[in-house]
Amino acid sequence: MKELIKNRLAFGALIFIFVILAFALFAPLIAPYDPSAIDTDSILAAPSRIHILGTDPLGRDIFSRIVYGSRISLSIGFIAVGIAVLIGVIFGSIAGYYGGRVDSVMMRFVDIMLCFPTFFLILAVIAILEPSIFNIMAVIGVTSWMGVARLVRAEVLTLKERDYVAAAEVMGASDAWIIARHLIPNAIGPVLVSATLGIGGAILVESALSFLGIGVQPPTPSWGNILMDGKSTLGVAWWLTIFPGIFILLTVLAYNLLGEGLRDILEPGLKE
Amino acid sequence: MIVKLNGVKKSFPIERGYLKTASGVVNAVDGVSLEIEKAETFGLVGESGCGKTTLGKLILGILKPDAGSIEVGTKKIQVIFQDPQASLDPKMRVYDIVAEGLVLQSSAVRRGGLNLPYGKIAKGQVEEMLDLVKLPKGALNKYPHQFSGGERQRIAIARAVLTDPEFIVCDEPVSSLDVTVQLQILRLLKDVQKKFSITYLFISHDLRVVRFMSDRIAVMKEGKIVEEGPTQKIYSKPDHDYTKLLLDSILNI
Ligand SMILES: Nc1ncnc2c1ncn2[C@@H]1O[C@H](COP(=O)(O)OP(=O)(O)OP(=O)(O)O)[C@@H](O)[C@H]1O
Ligand SMILES: [Mg+2]
Repeated sequence: MKELIKNRLAFGALIFIFVILAFALFAPLIAPYDPSAIDTDSILAAPSRIHILGTDPLGRDIFSRIVYGSRISLSIGFIAVGIAVLIGVIFGSIAGYYGGRVDSVMMRFVDIMLCFPTFFLILAVIAILEPSIFNIMAVIGVTSWMGVARLVRAEVLTLKERDYVAAAEVMGASDAWIIARHLIPNAIGPVLVSATLGIGGAILVESALSFLGIGVQPPTPSWGNILMDGKSTLGVAWWLTIFPGIFILLTVLAYNLLGEGLRDILEPGLKE
Repeated sequence: MIVKLNGVKKSFPIERGYLKTASGVVNAVDGVSLEIEKAETFGLVGESGCGKTTLGKLILGILKPDAGSIEVGTKKIQVIFQDPQASLDPKMRVYDIVAEGLVLQSSAVRRGGLNLPYGKIAKGQVEEMLDLVKLPKGALNKYPHQFSGGERQRIAIARAVLTDPEFIVCDEPVSSLDVTVQLQILRLLKDVQKKFSITYLFISHDLRVVRFMSDRIAVMKEGKIVEEGPTQKIYSKPDHDYTKLLLDSILNI
């Protein structure tokens, strides 16, 4: 019964993720207005038939901005996690495969990276560089690969003892071949789970950065900076903060639920 | 002579507890000398843990000896392991598994490429090999878990034989199979050996299996070879008490 509810939640999460994905892919078809079109007749309009989620101080349609903002927020989630997975998988598989001293040195480096308070590191780097979308993706990616590296290393450590690796060695396979063709494909399952969880995390980091004013810069809408825009008018126009907030919350929640669901499916041994 | 070992030794540290402190060593292979002739089947028999697999891995070059010398007179070596579940990559299709050896011989991969150069491999060659080991053509696109133990071992044999090897180390190739399937696989191994004149090092803890396969037999105990000779002689006039013990134990089953 618990199982069923959990799976239903994961399924619901998946559907929600598809909806948001559709927002991002078909933004021009779904958004009723141009996200930066200024409508001076309806400034700070409350949600109504015409503007279902209301408008902001410039009279821009909030729903349209959220729809377009999903493009930026999701891309940051995917690409930041993509970067983290790429670095983590390569790093972890090399450490695990070579073992010994190489492994110790590489994993100590991971420990050191984990000692930094990641969010402040991101803040510092973005403050020094400029807060472009690319920089934000790169910085989130470069500061969040360590978990993946540890996972992959642990998998590779056991996988490399498998007979099919020995058989490939006997047939003259290079280290790179063994890592790329045999070890990584077999180690990727748990990474998928942690990557799914990571997407939610990255979206949250972008929102926090935007909220502090060093995230994605206006006029490009991201969920974080739409929320930020509403900060000053929170008293009079709640819809400016509540709606982007709900989207962030639900999306992060959805990726977490999906991640948990995937874990149950991919690693049945880990249950309870 | 295709393989020659002289005084080969290999030991492993025994690691204990959380800190993995070495509390001694196991002499897995303890001064082994032997010679394997071309196109013969050299049987290696002994109880579990006596060092057979370690010896096989030393000959294959997967492990490096602590002492002694190993000469293998060919680069065309292959291996067939005991557990075909573990020796076939679960994420690869049968085609990729069987073709892997050939692909690894191709020049593109030798230069460091990581893509399977499918085009360069005659698909017919792989299909022919599948036919030889009596697997249906449809097997090519399936994954290892979709096969029985015996079928998986046929896949492992196909992979080994496709590269045209001169020498194959068979490490307990039938120990995980039931008796009727064992016989089929042993016959298959004999057939391909005759067809391609391959030399076998045939490792098993089962004396009956070794006897069926081997021209000569070495009996191993605690890392040492205690007796060696033609199959007939080992069975009719064993010199060593340990060999007699092994022989008695199969008679008692
Ligand atoms: N990688 C290793 N590290 C530590 N000890 C090992 C290692 N490989 C083998 N050993 C030890 O060496 C001894 C010989 O092992 P080996 O696997 O060669 O035996 P075997 O004759 O093949 O046994 P089996 O019939 O069970 O396959 C055993 O005591 C084993 O525990
Ligand atoms: Mg063994």
